[in-house]
Amino acid sequence: MIGFYHPGHSLLHRAPALLKLGLLSLLIAVTVALQEPWQLGVVLAVAVLLAASARLPFRALWRQVSPVLWVLAIAVPIQLLFADWVMAVMMGGRLLIAVLLAALFTLTTTVGAVLDACEQLLRPLRRWVDTDRIGLLLALTIRSIPVIAAIVGEVMEARKARGTQGSVMSLAVPVIVRSLQSAEALGDALIARGFDD
Amino acid sequence: MSGIRFEDVSHGYGERPVLHEISLDITEQRVGIVGANGSGKSTLARMVNGLVTPDRGRVSVHGRDVAKNGREVRRLVGFVFTNPDNQIVMPTVAEDVAFSLRRRGLAKEEIAGRVAAILERFGLSGHADHAAHRLSGGQKQLLALASVLIAEPAVVVADEPTTLLDARNARLITDLLTGLDQQVLVVTHQLELLAGFDRVIVVEEGRIVADDVPDAAIRHYLGLLA
Repeated sequence: MIGFYHPGHSLLHRAPALLKLGLLSLLIAVTVALQEPWQLGVVLAVAVLLAASARLPFRALWRQVSPVLWVLAIAVPIQLLFADWVMAVMMGGRLLIAVLLAALFTLTTTVGAVLDACEQLLRPLRRWVDTDRIGLLLALTIRSIPVIAAIVGEVMEARKARGTQGSVMSLAVPVIVRSLQSAEALGDALIARGFDD
Repeated sequence: MSGIRFEDVSHGYGERPVLHEISLDITEQRVGIVGANGSGKSTLARMVNGLVTPDRGRVSVHGRDVAKNGREVRRLVGFVFTNPDNQIVMPTVAEDVAFSLRRRGLAKEEIAGRVAAILERFGLSGHADHAAHRLSGGQKQLLALASVLIAEPAVVVADEPTTLLDARNARLITDLLTGLDQQVLVVTHQLELLAGFDRVIVVEEGRIVADDVPDAAIRHYLGLLA
């Protein structure tokens, strides 16, 4: 979701996030319950058709799905060795379909829409929990990932420049200090933008 | 009652005093604040938005005390920070701008319309769905400014908004700030950017040492540096 959203106007892009989240869960549950490889083939075909209808670039999809191929490259031969080909296909197929469907959700849904969906899901609990605050907490958590990744990158470059690459402390201390400074600055920005409670 | 008023304001961080008995009435539309690092100019600016409340004295904006009516004051005063990265909260450009209206109780369609309009105004329409953290420095500061202005504040305070930008983007941001209908208070080290301002306040060691039209105030400031 962090910068993975691919803008578009397809049906998948326009569908409400909550509906997509429900369908994603349902399809994954169905995939897990299936027993025959041909049934998995049908679900895979549906997922591929959905991807085609969303007009997502192959590269964006590949970036999402390719990491799981390494897992499959190890797990499938193990299944073939210790079980049979049906088990291997079912295991590999389920994983591939689940990742592909999750990628479709990620690439066609903005973080804002996901947060709205979370708030909608939490609405029945409104009497006991502050759903707005939980939404904001989720947004800030997601937002922090690229910020901390950038801090780590900059500190590693600085370490390289100063020739202190081997030391764990020379990475940990500045990353923690800068992360705390960044959190403090973000706190100020939130207050300035009216989120001061 | 319009304008920004400092009445006998003093402030310190721990044992270190930062501002000493400052009294100011700011009613001009374009006001610059200059001073050396650590002079207290950023603290002064932060007080207008209530990010810092004075240890002694009173700061008010349009008659509202920032210490007592913080939330109300922050609706009146938008704040642009030096580093736009610290100001970006949401992952995409449009979402970050919309975030400023999150608690205004507006319909989704109205928020979308306002976001589209302000992104168009700042030339960011093509980046609406792009990751905010991947924008260039100048575009990030434009986004920060758009996120402030969409909330329609009466006053915009900018704390060194051009420090991290190249000359071209610094000029662009300054031109945008000076062209605003709102009252604008800019803290800066880049003196050439203050040419079109109505008033420049020079802060030195927590005191106002000059308060005049830009030429005279800047001359005084340069005299301090000599």
